[in-house]
Amino acid sequence: MSGETAFHTMSSPPSAESLRLPQQEAETASRELARGGSGAAVLGAGSAGEIGARLRRQDVAFRLITQAFAFGVLLLLAGIIVSLVVGSWPSITHFGAGFFFSSAWNPVTEEFGALVPIIGTLVTSIIALAIGVPVSFGIALFLTELSPPWLRRPIGVAIELLAAIPSIIYGMWGLFVFAPLLADHVQPVLIKVLGPIPLIGALFQGPPMGIGVLTAGIILAIMVIPFISAVMRDVFEVVPAVLKESAYAVGSTTWEVVWNIVLPYTKVGVIGGIMLGLGRALGETMAVTFVIGNAHHFSTSLLAPGNSIASALANEFTEAVGDLYFSALIQLGLILFVITFIVLSLSKLLLMRLARQEGRQT
Amino acid sequence: MNLYSRRLFVNRFNLLMSLLATAFGLFWLAWILFTLFQAGLEALRPVVFTQMTPPPGSAGGLLNAIMGSLIMAGGATLLGTPVGILAGIYLAEFGRRGWLAPATRFINDVLLSAPSIVIGLFVYSAYVVHINHFSALAGIFALALIVIPVVIRTTENMLRLVPDSLREAAAALGAPQWKVIMLVTLRAARAGVVTGILLAVARISGETAPLLFTALNNQFWSLDVNAPMANLPVVIFQFAMSPYADWQKLAWAGALLITLSVLALNIIARVVFRNRTASY
Repeated sequence: MSGETAFHTMSSPPSAESLRLPQQEAETASRELARGGSGAAVLGAGSAGEIGARLRRQDVAFRLITQAFAFGVLLLLAGIIVSLVVGSWPSITHFGAGFFFSSAWNPVTEEFGALVPIIGTLVTSIIALAIGVPVSFGIALFLTELSPPWLRRPIGVAIELLAAIPSIIYGMWGLFVFAPLLADHVQPVLIKVLGPIPLIGALFQGPPMGIGVLTAGIILAIMVIPFISAVMRDVFEVVPAVLKESAYAVGSTTWEVVWNIVLPYTKVGVIGGIMLGLGRALGETMAVTFVIGNAHHFSTSLLAPGNSIASALANEFTEAVGDLYFSALIQLGLILFVITFIVLSLSKLLLMRLARQEGRQT
Repeated sequence: MNLYSRRLFVNRFNLLMSLLATAFGLFWLAWILFTLFQAGLEALRPVVFTQMTPPPGSAGGLLNAIMGSLIMAGGATLLGTPVGILAGIYLAEFGRRGWLAPATRFINDVLLSAPSIVIGLFVYSAYVVHINHFSALAGIFALALIVIPVVIRTTENMLRLVPDSLREAAAALGAPQWKVIMLVTLRAARAGVVTGILLAVARISGETAPLLFTALNNQFWSLDVNAPMANLPVVIFQFAMSPYADWQKLAWAGALLITLSVLALNIIARVVFRNRTASY
């Protein structure tokens, strides 16, 4: 997980330091070449033309090998889609479009519908973004504008470590520590204060159990913060200093610079970062499985247990009996993959657009 | 309140919020780590490393799960790293023209964040169904599919940092292109590539979802890669969800072990990368 965040720092333009890095390596390498010498040393073996042809063949072979592996990535994607479609075919043909609108989930009568897990996935992800986006923005703002330079790196790394903690650890902590705390101290207050309000009140009904959709959403929020804040920090850093300095020069406060200059300039990238976080939240499995309660039952209350696509898979897949049950679960996986694929593609396209715009303006 | 002091107030207030947001993020990290150490250290006894996973209600250790995790993470890294490096070489060195490289880069970035449970489903329906039983090998395949995108991404990024003059200098000595790449470019980018591999290992060490449908679990000692194999994440999942106190304790011990190794790998990766870049 942490890979993602670390990459953002790595993919930023090479600093002077990293550009100087390979020079000593280059010396060793050229010595190596002179010693092992491919071209000059073997010249005695045959005519120059033959050797040239052999070297060219080697190069072509090498390129084709690497090309085959790169092509393998595309094959992998195709393989995933094909195998999921084949696996879910019985369910697709049996339930048709009704699969998306049915909240039934009954292994005994073999009636299955994806509505409850799809809604659970969307609602937990929306809660995650509602909490995660403002916090990530605050963290990115702190790291780029407020923090003293010596503190930037340690705090940045600490936030990135949030992404390194395996999702099963979040799940355990959520189940044993966070959910009981929420049930004892936070949820009773929510029910008492927000419950009687019309409309919003419907979201906060029922007994305070700790586990449920709201808990899952909060834990997801903590998990997506490192991803969103890393992207925001990286895109904030590409804003040309001239723009910011001009705004400061006419008397803007730090906040006005960030809100009126930095944010509009990086809008596309910020949205890309949010989409990345959304993609992560939608597919998160173990943390959600521990705390969502796994109830195939539709409820308007955020405090009630629910289900998400990923946690339904994690809980039921190895225990599923019957072809249709199995196939319905695989179709859930297919739906999840298609949704996350679209969201992550959008994220990537937006970030690429910011990079292009960046290239044109500087 | 006049305009000037209102602007100052808004500024101060929002910057304070930003400070609080950072504290909020760090607070969760501290809380989770605190819980882990508190519950994990208590459960982490020497027997954890010497005994097998116990049946419910009795004491035992995690030896078979630790071994299984090491085998599967090792196997997946050995399988995924060469594939990732070669594909990364194509993207960085040959991918300046044509449609294949941009398409691969795009799909790879999407796969990097794709839900790992779907990878498990894929290996299940492409492999496990056909051999008719869960196996450690299937687990290795699933984890390797998670390693590959991470390694491709870092390898490409690191190779791109190597200046072209280096490639040209090597080519001017008469080296064929594959030697330029393997002996000069890849070597110059070595620290970064190693960083990527370490991060990939860190990522798969804690992956649970793809193993549920592939390696499953095994209560006994087994080194047979064609049979189900115990592994820490799935054992933690099973034990933590169980009602037995002994099992839950072992789950905490396992959780602490995994988190410590993942955090250590992450920190080592950063140190390796920084030392290599800062020492010139």
